[in-house]
Formats: sequence, C-alpha cells, structure tokens
Amino acid sequence: MTDATPTMDQSSDLPPPASTVGVVGWMLQNLFSTWYNTVLTVLGVWIVWVVVPPFVTWAFLEANWTGTTREACTGEGACWVFIKEWIGQFIYGRYPIEERWRINFGAVILVLSVATLVIPRFPYKLWTSVFLLLGYPIIAFFLFSGDAFGLEWVETSAWGGLFLTLVIAVIGCVLALPIGVVLALGRRSDMPVVRAICVAFIELWRGVPLITVLFMASVMFPLFVPEGLTIDKLLRALIGVMLFQAAYLAEVIRGGLQAIPRGQYEGAQALGLNYSKMMVLIILPQALKLVIPGIVNSFIALLKDTTLVLIIGLFDFLGMIQSAGTNPDWLGFAVEGYVFAAFVFWMMCFSISRYSQHLERKLHTGH
Amino acid sequence: MSNAQLETSPTAEEGVAIQMIGVHKWYGQFHVLKDINLSVDRQEKIVICGPSGSGKSTLIRCINRLEEHQRGQIVVEDIELTNDLKKIDEIRCEVGMVFQHFNLFPHLTVLDNLTLAPMWVRKMPKAEAEDVAMKFLTRVKIPEQAEKFPGQLSGGQQQRVAIARSLCMNPKIMLFDEPTSALDPEMIKEVLDVMVDLAEEGMTMIVVTHEMGFANRVADRVIFMDGGEIIEQADPETFFNSPKSERTKLFLSQILSH
Repeated sequence: MTDATPTMDQSSDLPPPASTVGVVGWMLQNLFSTWYNTVLTVLGVWIVWVVVPPFVTWAFLEANWTGTTREACTGEGACWVFIKEWIGQFIYGRYPIEERWRINFGAVILVLSVATLVIPRFPYKLWTSVFLLLGYPIIAFFLFSGDAFGLEWVETSAWGGLFLTLVIAVIGCVLALPIGVVLALGRRSDMPVVRAICVAFIELWRGVPLITVLFMASVMFPLFVPEGLTIDKLLRALIGVMLFQAAYLAEVIRGGLQAIPRGQYEGAQALGLNYSKMMVLIILPQALKLVIPGIVNSFIALLKDTTLVLIIGLFDFLGMIQSAGTNPDWLGFAVEGYVFAAFVFWMMCFSISRYSQHLERKLHTGH
Repeated sequence: MSNAQLETSPTAEEGVAIQMIGVHKWYGQFHVLKDINLSVDRQEKIVICGPSGSGKSTLIRCINRLEEHQRGQIVVEDIELTNDLKKIDEIRCEVGMVFQHFNLFPHLTVLDNLTLAPMWVRKMPKAEAEDVAMKFLTRVKIPEQAEKFPGQLSGGQQQRVAIARSLCMNPKIMLFDEPTSALDPEMIKEVLDVMVDLAEEGMTMIVVTHEMGFANRVADRVIFMDGGEIIEQADPETFFNSPKSERTKLFLSQILSH
C-alpha cells in the first residue's frame, strides 16, 4: 500500500494499527492499558489460580461417584454418592415413593404446556394460557393431594423437597402478579380511599421480613380463628408468601407505570377507550415490558426466599438437604449438600434470567 | 348568552357542532381560561393561534375532556359534557384528536394502532377494521408502512399515522393540537397536505397552529387568544390584513416578521 495522497481512490482504506486489533490488541486495551489495570489483571489471574484448581480437584478429579453407602467415599474429594442416594428425597420430600409418579405426571403436563406457550411456532397460545391459569391448578391440586379419581390422600406435611420449593415459588409468583398489578394501579388511583388502602397494604407487607410473615401465618394466625377451623399450614404459608410478593411486585410495576408518558393516556382517552381498556390494551403492556428485569428480579429473589419455610417446619429443597446431612449414617457431607443446593438454585435462577433477556429482546419494538 | 353567534339557528344539515358558553378553567390559582364563548358550526374550519401559555391548547383539550372545565357549559354534537363518564366516552368517539407528539402506541404496529379503537370501542370485526385502516393509511399515503412499528417511522409519517388513527373512528370533529410543532421543517408540508385534504372533504376542524399559511388557505375563521381570553376572531383575510386589537397586531408582527 502506498502513502496516502490526494489522488487516493475510495478503495484504498488503510487497515487499523496492529496494536488495536486481534488478541494482542484486545489484551493491551482491556487488560494492560494502565499500571493499575495490569496489577488488577495479575491479581485476578492469581485468585483464579488459587481457587479453581482445588475446587475442580475436589468436585471432579478426586470425587467419589459410585457406590451406595458412605463407605464408598474413600477418596479425598467430594462424596457425590450422598447426593445420589438422597436425590429422591431432595426432589419429592417425604411424598410416598409409590405415589411419586403423580408429581412427575404433574410436572410433565406443566412443562409441556409452558413449552408450547414459549416456543413461538405452536398455535393455540390463548387456550394454553387459559388452561395453565385456570385448568392446571385444579388438576395439579387433585393430582398432588389426592382424595379424588381414586388417588390416595397425601397430606401437605409430606410434601417437600424441590417439589415444595417449586409449588411455593410458582404459586407465589403467578398469583402475586395480578394482585401486584391491581395494587400498583390502586396506588396511582384518583380515588383517595382506594389509594390509601393500597398504600397501607403495600407498606405493611413490604415493611415486615418474610420470616415474620411466615411465623404469623404458622403460629399467630391459628390463635385468631375460631376453634375447630383449621387451615392447612402450607396454604397459610402460600397466602403469606403470595401477599408478600404482591406488595413487592406492586412497587416494581408502579415504577413502570410512572415511566409511561402522559401522552399515551391522552392518546388512548382521545380515542374513546375507557379506563380498563386503556390500562389493559395500552398502558400495562408497555409498563410491564419496561419492568421485566424488575419482575424477574423479584421472582428470583422469591424462589430463593422459599428456603425460609424451613423455619415453620416445611421441608423444601434446602430443608431436605439439611435434614439428610444430619442423618447419622451420612454425617459430614453437608458441604456436598450445600454445593448441590447452590448449583440447582443457580441453574434455575440463571435459566429464568436468560429467558427474561430473550423476552426483552423479543418485545423490543425499536422506540 | 352574550355572544351573538349563539343565536344563529342551525339548519338541519349544518347546525352547531360545538358550543362553549362562559367556560372558565383554573390550574390551581392560575386562571387559564376566562369566559370562553365559542360556537363552531358543522364543517367549519377554525384555526386558533396565540402566544404560548395563552390557553389555546387547554381550550381544545376541554372539548374532549382531556381537561376539565370548572365553570360554564360545553355541548359537543348535542351532548353536554358533565362528569358522566359514559357521555365523555361518547363525545370522545365523535371527536378525533391529533397531538403535537403524535402519541402513537409504540408497542403496537401501525395497523394495530389504527384498528384498536374501532375494534374495542366500536366493536367492529377485525377484518372490517383492517379494511378501514388500510383505506385511511392509503389516504395519508403510507399504506406500505402498515406492519412497521411507530418507532421505525419518521416524524411526518408518525403524524400522518396519528391522523389516520383518529379518522378510523369516523369522527365528526377533528381537533389538532399543534400538529406540526414537533416536526422537522421538511416534514411539515406532508402533514399539512393531509390536513388540507381533510378540510376540503368537509370535516369540522379546530386547529391550534402557528402555520399561518395553512390558516390563510383553509380556515373559515381565525381566533387569536392571549391570557386565556379570545381576543379577536375573524375570517383569515380580515384577520391578517386588518386586525383590530393591538395584541393581535403585535403577535402577527412577531410571527410573520421572519
């Protein structure tokens, strides 16, 4: 290539300097651009070097994978036999072993319906949604608790493990969303009484820790209801979790509502749309889309917070792992249990997060 | 009933579209509309101008109850505006409005923007609503943009979509609130052309604008507002050539001087 001259034609663009492209260029720009950047890079590499190899050795290279008892765990590394032996309880809790197919069956129906809903090329999305919101909960209730269709009754105190975690998280999230929307709209309402009720509700539930809510639901609540009337402990916990979550979601959604310009309301009103049509067709779709990250954030937080139900005697996923770790035959494997719990929770949360990012991109309409 | 125009008796075909009698409005302590008396005949085109803050936008926003007046009477297409929500919605169906910032719905395609109100308010079947929508998109000369989202269009195109969206409701009256003020100069003409077409077809129009060329060409009556009052109203020729009030003269000299 010759020097740039005034007669240079358009095709003779110069390549960028070698120091700004390629692997070396990238490293120079991002890792070693200044002396403190260099120090941080070296420090970072050192930390990775100190942490990762021992973990890999422990978790994989020297780990014990085969066997059925703790005696099989002879190596230095992790004893995954513990997880393998207890995985049934971790997933189903104390649900009777011969009835576990009911949970599997319910899970398959749920997964299939959700899959047809989120995969774009399947038709009948409206009907699938209606089924999921109205039909499925009824089917699931009878399937899981029984006492109908010839199914044996399984008390909710036997529900546990990952199954219980998902029951609480999913019901909490799905029912909390509409309540949250109503509370958010109520808080922005022109009617002072409605507004006051919504503000009071939100501030009350948001101001107490979830543990307090669960204690109230399990210990205090029975004291206030007439004798003879008992409400299932799981149901009480569910209602508590749901209302708690609704208060949080309400504030997230209110944030979205406030971001919608006044012109959108006026545009809708000028066309003759009444309040409910304006909200459902114009305002909420935009507001909810804006706050997908916030909603997903609260869902992920709730999914992890469900582990708190252990303190009122419900054995969720983490609870089952902990109780397995106190089994006399398997003492000393708590670390494996916690690592496994962390891994499963991370997988679930990360999947939700990825899906929400996909959803945000899909719903973006270039404004 | 001091205004002489209120006494003109309507004939069957023409009649009065909008009647405002002694309308007052306050924003808190600020008296934004002061004793507005205005009668608009069917098929009449009115241009309202005046300095900013003079109450001209507020005036037309009172006609479809985007703003509430606190004293006086407003009758639109024989329906009186009260707190009755049903009547307000009824009036909004008859009165289309075009805004300075378009106010299209960014989450819907152009076509869905146009079919939404006919389908959900007028209960029109989807296929018919889409036919109507395409008819009006063709009239504003952008049928090829039907599947795009508003954010992908230029300002002038968005404003034309907004006009088409209002027309899909088959309104008897169209209100324009500074429809070209947010547009780049080269896009103003395409929007004004659509409005001129509309005027020639006999739509009742009230236009708040500073486009004096448009006023001169289309308006039956030009109204000058200042300080929340109607200062002067006349046909365009009289208004531009021999304004009576000093304030009108000052305003005209300011906007026509460059």
